[in-house]
Amino acid sequence: MAMLRAPGEPGSREPGQLDAATPPLAGGMPPAVGLLSSGGGITGARSLRRMARAIRSNRKATAGTVLLVFFCLVGAFPGVLAHDDPSAEIYPRSLGPSLHHLLGTTTFGQDMFAQVVWGARPVLLIAFGVGVGATAIAVLIGVASAYLAGFWDGTLSLITDVLLVIPLFPLLIVIASYLHGAGTLVMIAVITATGWSYTARQLRAQALTLRSRDFLEAARVRGERSLYIIVVEIIPTMTSLIVASFLTNALYAVLFSSSLQFIGLGNPSVTSWGTMLYWAENEEAFQTGLPLWIIVPGLCIVALGAGFALLNYAFDEIGNPALRPVRSLRGNRVKRPA
Amino acid sequence: MRFVLRRLGFFAVTMWAALTLNFLLPRMMPGNPALAVLGKFKGGISPQALKVLEAQFGIGSHQSLPAQYAAYLGNTATGKFGTSLTTEPGSSVGRIVLDAIPWTLGLVGVTTILAFILGTGIGIVGAWRRGGRLDSLMPPVFVIMTVIPYFWIGLVLILVFGVKLHWLPYFFSYNYTLTPAFTPSFIGNVLEHSILPAFTLLITTIGTWILTMRNTMITTLAEDYVRMARAKGLPGYRIMLDYAARNAILPNLTGFAMSLGFVVGGAILIEEVFNYQGVGYLLLQAVQNEDYPLEQALFLLITAAVLVAILLSDIATAVLDPRTRGAK
Repeated sequence: MAMLRAPGEPGSREPGQLDAATPPLAGGMPPAVGLLSSGGGITGARSLRRMARAIRSNRKATAGTVLLVFFCLVGAFPGVLAHDDPSAEIYPRSLGPSLHHLLGTTTFGQDMFAQVVWGARPVLLIAFGVGVGATAIAVLIGVASAYLAGFWDGTLSLITDVLLVIPLFPLLIVIASYLHGAGTLVMIAVITATGWSYTARQLRAQALTLRSRDFLEAARVRGERSLYIIVVEIIPTMTSLIVASFLTNALYAVLFSSSLQFIGLGNPSVTSWGTMLYWAENEEAFQTGLPLWIIVPGLCIVALGAGFALLNYAFDEIGNPALRPVRSLRGNRVKRPA
Repeated sequence: MRFVLRRLGFFAVTMWAALTLNFLLPRMMPGNPALAVLGKFKGGISPQALKVLEAQFGIGSHQSLPAQYAAYLGNTATGKFGTSLTTEPGSSVGRIVLDAIPWTLGLVGVTTILAFILGTGIGIVGAWRRGGRLDSLMPPVFVIMTVIPYFWIGLVLILVFGVKLHWLPYFFSYNYTLTPAFTPSFIGNVLEHSILPAFTLLITTIGTWILTMRNTMITTLAEDYVRMARAKGLPGYRIMLDYAARNAILPNLTGFAMSLGFVVGGAILIEEVFNYQGVGYLLLQAVQNEDYPLEQALFLLITAAVLVAILLSDIATAVLDPRTRGAK
């Protein structure tokens, strides 16, 4: 399943992320996903508690959580940090950084620090909106496809595969170009509608391994309906993979939406990191001596993305011990030939 | 053979889906956006070009939707993509696209090959010296690389090497005071202009090759035949290359075949940042100018290239790895 997105595009799905060490098979066969939850009857609550413990004991997970919590706080209470209206064009233009304007002002006379702080909110909304929305679609389609088998599996898998191989970023560009300035909600809808297929693939693979388990057979014998079995019996056993797919989708939402905003396909009057970069590029921020206008929003995108990615990697390591840094295996190293 | 046929079928379905999306999207959007743009150009383009456009965007309201769809499919199949509206008013979309393709192939194609070779090599060595300095440095660097928007890396490189140091040009693919010609000075100028975009592309794509290679190598190094080779006392480089890497390279090779398809789509944002006049830059030009016919043709071209590459990589995998042939 490696490399289905262009390597040069914001959406290139890095093969190492979840299916590392699993050679992709012909025709994009689902990677053998084996995360935490492969044990049959683990309830959602218990595997959530296990996850919390794992997060505390893994350094990557801790760093990722700290970053995410930090940005969520900034996004929830931007007024505490920045007292200026981010879009008010009230200051002298193109000021350098000072105590009054920590990052200086834009060529329009807006306070750049206020823009960075307030810019966190739309990005977070998009990240969480797409993360939840795309994961919900992926879970429903992936699990239903695996559980129902036969005709439904064929149809749903075909839709998933088709969407998976159509280059996502060009498709997003084309859709956004018809929409003329996509606001936050539209952005969430568009990225969700096009971006769920990758994680649906993984969830289907995981659900396939569950299909013949005894507890599902028991539920069928009890006479439960398919919908009940999917929602109550199958989905809770896949909690950790669902969390991982939330993180993947959220990360790509951050990168995709910032990229779209950067090329001017977002709503340019919404203050967010991507639109800041758009205006900065338009106003030739580098050439006019305002490099912070480009550097700071970019760093924020990187830091937020790193939060999602670190958590995702940590999950991968927790689920696949072969990828853990050898540091933790030092005790065994003497046995290895030099 | 059945395998190839099934992949061909999938290919056809996906291409049809992309075509249909292309057809439906402008019609689904509030107030058919193409209508407004077309209205402005009604006088400027020839009647037969207008007819192609009408079929493409459903302006000819006297036609039923299925009839429009049939006309659209027919036009696409015969390569009638219509006429550019705004980017180069009046010229055929096909010709504009053909002009952009060589630039993208040159820049992105060469860089993709370089990234593959370098990345695979680093991955092999990294996995072989597991826990060494290179290997422990790679994962954190890679985590960061995956989350940096590619266009932003380009911007930062422009700031450092272009604006501050004045070492390298960062605008267009050659100095536009020169006339394109096959002279050493012109070619040198083109190469000089390609350094920054190529480097941006290289550092953003190389991580994938490194990590895939490393992770597969690690799995392969645990195999019994590698232990056997060690027991035989073979020199380290032979075990690394002939025993481990040779068997671990398959995912990277398939990935490489696939990534060649993405070369045509190019690195849209990197071309945009450097104003490099390839396919990706053209796509964004079309978007900014609301040149919908050009936009649609480019999207189809990019999709088709990706699909062909995926098809080829599937077939290559089946040929190279007998285990996958039975897979459904």
